[in-house]
Amino acid sequence: MNIVIVGHVDHGKSTVIGRLLADTGSLPEGRLEAVRESCLRNSRPFEYAFLLDALKDEQAQGITIDTARCFFKTASRDYIIIDAPGHIEFLKNMISGASRAEAALLVIDANEGIRENSKRHGHMVAMLGVRQVTVLVNKMDLVGYSEEAFEKLKAEYTAYLRQIDVEPVSFIPVSAREGDNIAESSELMPWHDGPTVLGQLDLFTTGRELHEKPFRLPVQDIYKFTSSGDDRRIVAGTIEAGTIRNGEEVLFLPSGKRSHIASIESFNTPRKESVSAGEPTGFTLSTQIYIRPGEIMVRPGDPQPEVGTRFRANIFWVGRVPMSKEKEYKLKLGTARATVRLAEIVNTLDAAELNLSRGKQQLDCRDVGECIFETTRPIAFDLASRNETTGRFVIVDNYEIAGGGIVLENLSGGETLLERHIRERERHWETGSVPTSDRERVNRHRSKFIVITGPPGTGKRALSRELENMLFRNGCSTYYLGMATMEHGIDSDLRVNEKNVEERLRRLGELARIMTDAGMIFITAIDDADDYDIATLKLLNDPHEILVVTVSRNDLQNAEPDLHLEEISDLVEAIEQIADLLTLREIIVDYQI
Amino acid sequence: MNHLDKLEAQSVYILREAYREFKNLCMLWSIGKDSTVLLWLARKAFFGHVPIPLVHIDTHYKIPEMITYRDRVALEWNLNMIYGENRAALDGRQTFPDGNTDRLVCCRHLKSEALKRTLSGEWPRYRMDHELKRYVPDDKREPFTGVIVGVRADEEGSRSKERYFSPRDSANSWDVGDQPPEFWNQFKTDFAPGTHVRIHPLLDWTELNIWEYIEREQIPIVSLYFNQGDGTRYRSLGCAPCTNPIESPSRTVREIIEELESGLLTNVAERSGRAQDKEDGGLETLRRDGYM
Ligand SMILES: Nc1nc2c(ncn2[C@@H]2O[C@H](COP(=O)(O)OP(=O)(O)O)[C@@H](O)[C@H]2O)c(=O)[nH]1
Repeated sequence: MNIVIVGHVDHGKSTVIGRLLADTGSLPEGRLEAVRESCLRNSRPFEYAFLLDALKDEQAQGITIDTARCFFKTASRDYIIIDAPGHIEFLKNMISGASRAEAALLVIDANEGIRENSKRHGHMVAMLGVRQVTVLVNKMDLVGYSEEAFEKLKAEYTAYLRQIDVEPVSFIPVSAREGDNIAESSELMPWHDGPTVLGQLDLFTTGRELHEKPFRLPVQDIYKFTSSGDDRRIVAGTIEAGTIRNGEEVLFLPSGKRSHIASIESFNTPRKESVSAGEPTGFTLSTQIYIRPGEIMVRPGDPQPEVGTRFRANIFWVGRVPMSKEKEYKLKLGTARATVRLAEIVNTLDAAELNLSRGKQQLDCRDVGECIFETTRPIAFDLASRNETTGRFVIVDNYEIAGGGIVLENLSGGETLLERHIRERERHWETGSVPTSDRERVNRHRSKFIVITGPPGTGKRALSRELENMLFRNGCSTYYLGMATMEHGIDSDLRVNEKNVEERLRRLGELARIMTDAGMIFITAIDDADDYDIATLKLLNDPHEILVVTVSRNDLQNAEPDLHLEEISDLVEAIEQIADLLTLREIIVDYQI
Repeated sequence: MNHLDKLEAQSVYILREAYREFKNLCMLWSIGKDSTVLLWLARKAFFGHVPIPLVHIDTHYKIPEMITYRDRVALEWNLNMIYGENRAALDGRQTFPDGNTDRLVCCRHLKSEALKRTLSGEWPRYRMDHELKRYVPDDKREPFTGVIVGVRADEEGSRSKERYFSPRDSANSWDVGDQPPEFWNQFKTDFAPGTHVRIHPLLDWTELNIWEYIEREQIPIVSLYFNQGDGTRYRSLGCAPCTNPIESPSRTVREIIEELESGLLTNVAERSGRAQDKEDGGLETLRRDGYM
């Protein structure tokens, strides 16, 4: 079980851990003696905390710099204690530690009382989803092991925690340095009838009934190891909530595609009939559907996740550079990645006082606040209150994780970022003096953006090129744009290892808007476009029109393609079908092949 | 799910994240028990396949059984097996067994340096040809930008501060004081050109967990870990001249687990058989230099 230990600096976290390790016999022989010896040599008083100071530069600074993991075992289970530093500068380390914990120990110095980080950490731990919190009132030796002092602090801190909706499991009066109530009950505090720290650890519960919740599997990847002679197409991921059985129907969001589970795949285990929350797994499906990593696989009959582009969230920011509304960021939620913008700061928390304040224009380092975010592409997510594992996200700024948050509300439905962009673009569109009608008269055809899509290797490109050729021979103003041309030209600034699919799509759409405005029949072929891609291109090409041809497999769920070709066995025949359609729609008048 | 299931789940998740995000990914395989468990976890993650090249740094002083075992498993499991070496130091006899350097400098030459240059592609790589059943020079020389390593946090102090995804700059150095945060299951998978990332799927495993998992999965492990009748066995594997066996009666995985559980070994550091750790600065100095 993962336990995080937090608290204001110098309130005694490291000492508590040192004690736990020493008192459970979890230290390699000689470690304790070596530290005692080196203290003696340097004439410093021995500290249990030194046990943890494993690194040289850390000792130089005299503060714990990073989350460290310590391992120990009680009669009932294995523990990993994550030591989260108390210094404000190391907040991101504390978050890293706390976000993976199942329970938290929050240390407060009985003598010094509640300090800034006692509050901040309490708040963060709650926000990070740690539901079991035990408060250790430490250094009881400095207040004469007084019950009164303990009760007073307990009352004060309980009142604070109540404001942020946290109810601690227990309060334990301890003296880490003296070993009171750590592993053994203290005779100096007979008035305490609760457990010792060690006893409390064993009382924490694991597994948050996740497998009874609605089924959620964020798709991490799709594998096909054909080159190793394996034809299975496996949808892989770790189940975040719920249970699913072989043969059940499944739905993928946001794409809306459906299929059935044909098999549950695993290596070196007996055949599985069902899998549950926490398990990394893989499925083959009964039908060939094209889905992307980042979608959430759910059961159609379960309460559904939200799908949208705009949501309200609680967020903490630990980036060196403040979060601004002017910039685009990368959002990672479950296995989904999307481009995101900060649309609005509803309020922020004043760190020292923990009051809400309004009117901030950016999130500074260590700010905690409520904000509204907008993604460019729809994503599937849950509200954190319903399903926390699919309701939390991080934000990447300049290659680094710079913030994290939990989703409070889906606000989608209004104007999307793309719609707003297009509205603005059209407002500023600078037209020349040739009216569209004149262009059409001279060209003897109307403009059109033709998108041919389907799986790779189905002859889309050949078809597109031949279509261009045929239209050109018939006197049309037409142009075929290859994706390689884009990649090495207009898109050459988009780094290869970054999957800038959205930006590539946007540029293609903008280009189409210009080419169709110039009166052309503009043709391109793209692999595996989905509903969102087509809708985006359509919007971007507006006010001109788009014509969608799907080849081999139709992946569109909502939109109907204008034409579907099962396969391109005969190029001439396929071109004829497209040309017929263009005539029918009065784009071109007639043609000859 | 029990503790081992959870450890396995976390490691598999990390391996899949790494495979998804890094184009030039490799996994270090030292032949030891930890990286062999890691290799097994890759087979778990990828349903029996290992779609990631395995890199071994051959110091040519490894205990011979290790190399035999490596090649047998590479062929059996259809691994994309690569090795690299420091040819210049070996030819120039700049090693400890040759009597020309101390242990630490030898490690730096044969391991750290060889590793760095093999990963960067500056020095030749040799790849197992599954048809010829021997190694051939590898013409792929692209640098690996993601390197999966089987370190565990319980091994010694400095490793307990690692992240699952830990960036290194182009000089391979590690800034312990300024590491990116890792929230929940979100790791640092974006990296600036010129940097690379070390990935540590085994960080939360202990030595005992490793053996329990080997037992549960029946993972074939090199025989050096077991007492073959002389009352000694290796607890940690390295180069023959610098690695000593420990006294131990354990002949099977089960007996090793019992030995570890009995607490007989709690008091002996796991790498105590590794002579280079004991020299000035030891492992930590080596690690800053890019040693695993
Ligand atoms: N009197 C007394 N001092 C303590 C106790 N626990 C810790 N300390 C001292 O408080 C100081 C800070 O402790 P440390 O564990 O390093 O705090 P951390 O910053 O929270 O990890 C050290 O000098 C400890 O010796 C205690 O129970 N009683």
